Amino acid sequence: MSETYLDGNAIGGLLWEVFGVEMTVATGVCGGCGASRAVAELHVYVRAAGIVARCPSCDTVLLTVVEAPGRRWVGLSGLARLEIPRTD
Amino acid sequence: MARAAVLGRLTWQLATVADAVAETAEVRTLVLDVPGWPGHLAGQHLDVRLTAEDGYRAERSYSIASAPGDRLAITVQRLADGEVSPYLVDELRPGDELELRGPIGGYFVWEPGRGGPLLLVGGGSGVVPLMAMIRARAEAGDETPVRLLYSSRTLDDVIYREELERLAGGALEVVHTLTRARPDGWPGYGRRVDAAMLAEVAWRPGDGAATFVCGSTPFVESVASALVGLGHAPASIRTERYGGVPR
Amino acid sequence: MPISRGFRGRRGDEGDAERLPPGQYLTHDFPVLSAGPTPRTRLEDWTFTVAYGEDRRTWTWDEFRALPTEEPTVDIHCVTRWSKLDTAWEGVSVDTLLDGFEHDAAHALALCDGGYTTNVPLEDLTGGRAWVAFAFDGEPLDPEHGGPARLLVPHLYFWKSAKWIRALRLQDDDEPGFWETNGYHNYGDPWREQRYWGD
Repeated sequence: MSETYLDGNAIGGLLWEVFGVEMTVATGVCGGCGASRAVAELHVYVRAAGIVARCPSCDTVLLTVVEAPGRRWVGLSGLARLEIPRTD
Repeated sequence: MARAAVLGRLTWQLATVADAVAETAEVRTLVLDVPGWPGHLAGQHLDVRLTAEDGYRAERSYSIASAPGDRLAITVQRLADGEVSPYLVDELRPGDELELRGPIGGYFVWEPGRGGPLLLVGGGSGVVPLMAMIRARAEAGDETPVRLLYSSRTLDDVIYREELERLAGGALEVVHTLTRARPDGWPGYGRRVDAAMLAEVAWRPGDGAATFVCGSTPFVESVASALVGLGHAPASIRTERYGGVPR
Repeated sequence: MPISRGFRGRRGDEGDAERLPPGQYLTHDFPVLSAGPTPRTRLEDWTFTVAYGEDRRTWTWDEFRALPTEEPTVDIHCVTRWSKLDTAWEGVSVDTLLDGFEHDAAHALALCDGGYTTNVPLEDLTGGRAWVAFAFDGEPLDPEHGGPARLLVPHLYFWKSAKWIRALRLQDDDEPGFWETNGYHNYGDPWREQRYWGD
């Protein structure tokens, strides 16, 4: 019964590329259960057809990333909102 | 937050391997020269990218082992079925080039002066970012009370063993547990980290300790939940999970 | 592009070119891809349902296992580029499950424990092209490979062979499933290399 997930730290570089800022300290609110957690705390499945980040409390899918030549899809439908620290 | 975060851009840079130091039979530290390196905070990591002659690419993340004021270094463990780690541990030589980007991470970081006390719990190569924290603390002459609980299979698998022995003392306590085999007369722990061990080693829940746990997912989950079970606030525990990460 | 001296990476076999769709390599193990926690449904709680609107037909595990089975040996192709040839399964043909079930549907959505979904045209699930499989290589299907039962549709990329399937919902309209909504191709023919939405 191996736990096959990592956490948001594992996709820190990818999320920085996607959002243009460091995201591990950003806070995400789960659209499923309302839990508010740092992106670093999300359960991130990296051995799938794409990357899937889930709420650590209720496993709702918060973020997906599928990479293809010349483009990538970022699914955010499970996230109610993100709070991203500003550095300016 | 490290200056690189303030600059806002994460770009691939070409680094040169300056030195390669064997830590254990499976683990090697790579010292890297990166022109224009912006500096980093203890706990952050790098993404490393390798490109084969036909353009095939592989990317992995490795925790920075060095203190912020030292030459940049990462420590890599060779995974038996790994695609990248055997290359980094066995093949790469001083003078070779490596693409990397970073430093990455704003959550699993610690800076001297943040206050404490600090509990650091590492499983196997999970000790690497915790060692960066210990080195940062030593470099700054910071006297924050720190306890490191470090789980390894055998004494030969303990990474940074001599340096930890040297640095321990005063407000830094280093506690080892050896899970697979112990030398004759070993006075320390000889089992996987569990709630009873944490009850003895961790600070008390009211002490206001910050905790950093790093290692495989099962290790991190079991340590974090044991700490919460002992009364530590979940918000005081920060975690970083390691795994073979294919990209 | 800086080349890493001496780095080869792990590439699979290129194997038998005729049997491998474009861009695939051969694997001899059976990689486990997981997008979430592995469901662990007990057989006494497991049911399988075929539904169309309000009409449904449901089997318990024992009833399902009493149905006639087949033992297809097929090649499977994952969108992450590995292919595995001559894989041996045992399962109930979707034709058997739909036998006598009246419907007008052209589409189907697979519904699975854990919330995974995938859509397949009904004509790709019938005519001997798909099964609900409960055994692999002569052994009961492991939970990490989709057990108690998964959909098996080998002529499409393997994300369509939904793990932990509990129902096939027949529909008049096509409804993209989980990966189709998140960037993968709506149909997924490996021989036309239909990996991504818009390919």
